[in-house]
Amino acid sequence: MSVLLEVQDLNVDIPLSSGILHPVQKLTFHVDKGETLCIVGESGCGKSLTSLALMDLLPKRASRTGTKLELAGMNLLTASNREMSDIRGNRMGMIFQEPMSSLNPAFTIGNQMEEAMLRHRDVSRKEARERAIYLLEKVGITGARGRLGQYPHQLSGGLRQRVMIAMTLMCGPDLIIADEPTTALDVTIQAQILLLLKELQREFGMGLILITHDLGVVARMADRVCVMYAGQIVEQGTAEEVFGDPMHPYTRGLIDCIPVPGKTKRGEHLGSIPGMVPSLVGAFQGCHFRDRCPHAHDRCAPDPIHLNWIGEGRGYRCVLSPEETRRAGELEAAE
Amino acid sequence: MNQQTPVLETVDVTRTFKVGAGVFSRKKILKAVNGVSLTVNKGDVLGLVGESGCGKSTLAKMLLGLLPPNAGDIRFDGDPVMSIDRLELARRVQPIFQDPYSSLNPRKTIFDCIALPLKVHKVGDKSEWTDRVRDIMETVGLSDQYMSAYPSQLSGGQRQRVAIARALIMRPEVVICDEPTSALDVSVQSQILNLLLDLRKDFGLTYVLISHNLAVVEHIATRVAVMYLGRIVEENDTEGIFRNPRHPYTRALLESVLTPEPHLGVPETHLGAEFPNPIDPPQACTFHPRCIHFMKGLCDEIAPRPLVQDDGGMAECHLYDEKYAAKAAATGG
Repeated sequence: MSVLLEVQDLNVDIPLSSGILHPVQKLTFHVDKGETLCIVGESGCGKSLTSLALMDLLPKRASRTGTKLELAGMNLLTASNREMSDIRGNRMGMIFQEPMSSLNPAFTIGNQMEEAMLRHRDVSRKEARERAIYLLEKVGITGARGRLGQYPHQLSGGLRQRVMIAMTLMCGPDLIIADEPTTALDVTIQAQILLLLKELQREFGMGLILITHDLGVVARMADRVCVMYAGQIVEQGTAEEVFGDPMHPYTRGLIDCIPVPGKTKRGEHLGSIPGMVPSLVGAFQGCHFRDRCPHAHDRCAPDPIHLNWIGEGRGYRCVLSPEETRRAGELEAAE
Repeated sequence: MNQQTPVLETVDVTRTFKVGAGVFSRKKILKAVNGVSLTVNKGDVLGLVGESGCGKSTLAKMLLGLLPPNAGDIRFDGDPVMSIDRLELARRVQPIFQDPYSSLNPRKTIFDCIALPLKVHKVGDKSEWTDRVRDIMETVGLSDQYMSAYPSQLSGGQRQRVAIARALIMRPEVVICDEPTSALDVSVQSQILNLLLDLRKDFGLTYVLISHNLAVVEHIATRVAVMYLGRIVEENDTEGIFRNPRHPYTRALLESVLTPEPHLGVPETHLGAEFPNPIDPPQACTFHPRCIHFMKGLCDEIAPRPLVQDDGGMAECHLYDEKYAAKAAATGG
């Protein structure tokens, strides 16, 4: 498969009064055409800033650096603001968590959907309207023609998210970035929206970057997974690899934390990760996870820990060798 | 198991709200809770699940005595909740809310937050308060160095621990937890769940756990009640609900639980239509427009009745009604 998005050594820096915050550090990953990449991590790990950095929508003070950021051969690092706004909403679209705050309450659904297309394509309003109706039907909204005249507040949360998705599809983007698209929704609606995303992706052959904290969503949606912790990718691989044979102590810790009906014993203690996420202000030495890691030892600092590549697209950021980390995992399970 | 003693009971409880549909149109009646009968036994953890808008938080408010029901009875230890003194009830039933960011007063120190119930109930003096606050903070796993800190200086998990400490300082019998972990990260969620499990054992607590996360409910609850548009549509012990779900809505809810098993993919829940408008709920069985076992002429005309099953569970669905067995078999239910 051909590579759609390629990211190499992406950094985000934000100057604060207490020093420079490094919320995203040396991120390297890629997304193939038609592939779903999930970025998973807890709050503060830098996953949302990563998505904003890709879209060049970072807050003004923040700066983005990297050695490579290419979407289908276009260099996004050197693109001007003008060029970026031609790409945003056209070649790559974004779906946010809260559809109510990302839709404009003062304009109708139809108006906002058509706008996206009129901005980028040389089409008439009538053509844009036809496309909007087609896409609203595609995302499972009944009576699409009538919905165009409605305002966002007249729709339920699930419907709004469907409208958001349809709007993102108006120009037929190559890549969709969805940041926690179902977190604000009920479980039944969540499953429907995720299924819809999968189907649309298959039909239109788009790449999808799904950013979430929910390991269940990751497992069911992802082709490949990046686990982020404190600004870094600590593990990446296919969903089967990451969930079936997690290599990083943090990944194993996360998986142990969630109750799974039929697997975890009812009423017994779940796994937990003691301690807190370290501050990312200023220079950081060694492994970011070492203060919370059950296997931390002298080798974990002060040198930075590199991703340990053990296969095509399969790596983890830990000093333990594959044999050592598997043995460590068995020890954790026995406890 | 010895004789089970009911602590909290609701009998046919109904609560309606008047909702304005517009400036000139007449107010409409929203039935948030519609004839709910539940029993919570001592030491039980009752999980209350359902989608947003199904009335679970309204029911919680009524259990706390914060909202009077329009009809029906809520009894605490056999006495009607509304007849119990406000302070007395607050001592025995305590809430833990979803968002520890908004449930703690940002202008008060952690000590003030936790000690407030002691002040309200006029228990002891300042030195006793300090001892009791220190004790309870240790119990919930908070270092006493945070006593003079403000909520904004604490992480989400720590704030939820403060909320739990405040709820427990008067040694309540029942704790109503309304989505206690849904605002928290997974690793923090597991710590809070572990804490709730320990506290239940140590203090002999009874919980009502409101959550949309079925995996969490499965892990902690001993009984589960499934709510849909103001009605309890199914109730059973946790084992029964998860092993043998009866109501089609319960089954759809269980199917939509996303466990971390990559090979399973995204489930199809068959809940075609959107969640109906609670102001204008569907006729008869309110679930019929979304149900895959919909039986025309029955589900949309006759409301199902609560049917007690042989394992002690209850399901409110015509599929389990002998009267309509022939019809159910004919439609493949």
